[in-house]
Amino acid sequence: MTPLSYAIAHSLPEIILAVGALGLLMLGAFRAGKGDWIISEAAIVVLGLALLSMFFQLGDKAIIWDGAFVDDAFARFMKALAIGGALVSLLLSREFMARNGIDQFEFPVLVLLATLGMSMLISAQSLIALYLGLELMSLALYVIAAFHRDNGRASEAGLKYFVLGSLSSGMLLYGASLLYGFAGTVSFTGIAQALQGSPSLGVIFGLVFVLAGLSFKMSIVPFHMWTPDVYEGAPTPVTAFFATAAKVAAVAVTVRIIITAFPGLQHEWRQIVVFVAILSMALGSFAAIGQTNIKRLMAYSSIGHMGFALVGLAAGTEQGVAGVMIYMAIYVLMTLGTFAAILSMRVGDRYVEDIADLAGLSRTNGLMAFVIAMMMFSLAGIPPLAGFFAKWYVFLAAINGNLYGLAVIGMLASVVAAFYYLRIVKIMYFDESARPFERANVEVTAVMAVMGLFVVIFSFFPGPAVVQAAAAAAKSLF
Amino acid sequence: MIELTHYLIVAAILFTIGVCGIILNRKNIIVILMSVELILLAVNINLVAFSSFLGDLTGQIFSLFILTVAAAEAAIGLAILVTYYRNRGTIAVEDINLMKG
Repeated sequence: MTPLSYAIAHSLPEIILAVGALGLLMLGAFRAGKGDWIISEAAIVVLGLALLSMFFQLGDKAIIWDGAFVDDAFARFMKALAIGGALVSLLLSREFMARNGIDQFEFPVLVLLATLGMSMLISAQSLIALYLGLELMSLALYVIAAFHRDNGRASEAGLKYFVLGSLSSGMLLYGASLLYGFAGTVSFTGIAQALQGSPSLGVIFGLVFVLAGLSFKMSIVPFHMWTPDVYEGAPTPVTAFFATAAKVAAVAVTVRIIITAFPGLQHEWRQIVVFVAILSMALGSFAAIGQTNIKRLMAYSSIGHMGFALVGLAAGTEQGVAGVMIYMAIYVLMTLGTFAAILSMRVGDRYVEDIADLAGLSRTNGLMAFVIAMMMFSLAGIPPLAGFFAKWYVFLAAINGNLYGLAVIGMLASVVAAFYYLRIVKIMYFDESARPFERANVEVTAVMAVMGLFVVIFSFFPGPAVVQAAAAAAKSLF
Repeated sequence: MIELTHYLIVAAILFTIGVCGIILNRKNIIVILMSVELILLAVNINLVAFSSFLGDLTGQIFSLFILTVAAAEAAIGLAILVTYYRNRGTIAVEDINLMKG
């Protein structure tokens, strides 16, 4: 038995998020005003506090709450990304929500609850904790996907996300029940101990179902069908939240369950991971070429990026896990910057989403065009920018793990993907001007500028620190 | 004598019916919600059967959690369905096509 204070100290971010979400819900219900920024600002403060509280969590791995919850360096790294993604998405949401008349107080509360689910998911150490974290995240995400409830496309996006998401939860649960039955325990370390020796067929089925359920949440091919529609239909700040925080949480729990619960089944899971990584990279590269809506394009781009991140996981080594973590960190920065740019695309009172609306942007708003160009070069993986280092570390891990074919296919896919990223740059710099955009508000511009700066100078400033932190954090999983 | 295998077969059949109900159904979204419940019930049968077979209570606790979450999930699903119906005036599956894909 661990003392209660020890357990509380190691789950401080979750406690802050839970208390904050419930407190703000009460506050919002009693104030009940529209266009009231207090709840949104307070939610940003709560997320900031949760982020800060993690800097006081030192020490090695702590397994608490009866073996259901683990606090280690890997969890802290991924939680910092997820909470940071949520914080910036909330910052980006304010003007968009107000202009569309959907600035109800429930939105920041739901974002807090989803973030709580994500951080429980990242720290999950047993199948029950995994399921509860996943559902807390998903249930909040279904609602905020349909948050613009007078809009046909948003409610359709919410409905599609709900149907496919609950199917995926069902598959994950079926796999979890098989794992429980054949391993006799729900704890990840217990499963790893029980699975030494040759695995039974039931365990393999369980592994496949669990990975299928998690692939839905990561939007990995062949379970990606919901992604383009949900990204297009949901309000843009919600899409940014889906593309950053939700992806980080899903990738983190996949890495944790594969590395801690199935080290003995490496041969089996590696086949699956390599297969879906290749499919995702290929689909993400080819399907995005014909897209005209930039949110839809970002959906295919994110499918491709998840494929690249899984290349590191396929290696199954400490270096590979560190590669996945670096990839996710850089992916979150790039995606937040791109979505800040998408949220600056406003003509009159209306937000536009077509790639054609960007035409000639370099002449009407040179700075914004430059930042978007840097984001696109970085997403394509062109050398001095951050996106190159992301791909570098995962491919390096794959090559050191003797997965040469996977690395070659990944590089080919990233060449194909460069085509549609560069097309956006060409449209901005060489096409006839479309109508100029209105000035974005200060928060959106600041996020865009900061992310653009990070992407450009990544190799000097945050880069080495991130790489070091990821390498140290990856050790805690093995 | 009813053994563990029988329970697992029943659960597998229920699970398959649920998945087919979601994938093959072309008519009505309510049927999809019912199929989701069917899948979760299949999982519960699996868990309780394993729990009794292993003599370990964890599986039954897990299934209680699943029942609770399933109720919340059904409530949220119906709420989203109602907003969808108010916007479109239909809940037929083939009409969910504002966005291609």
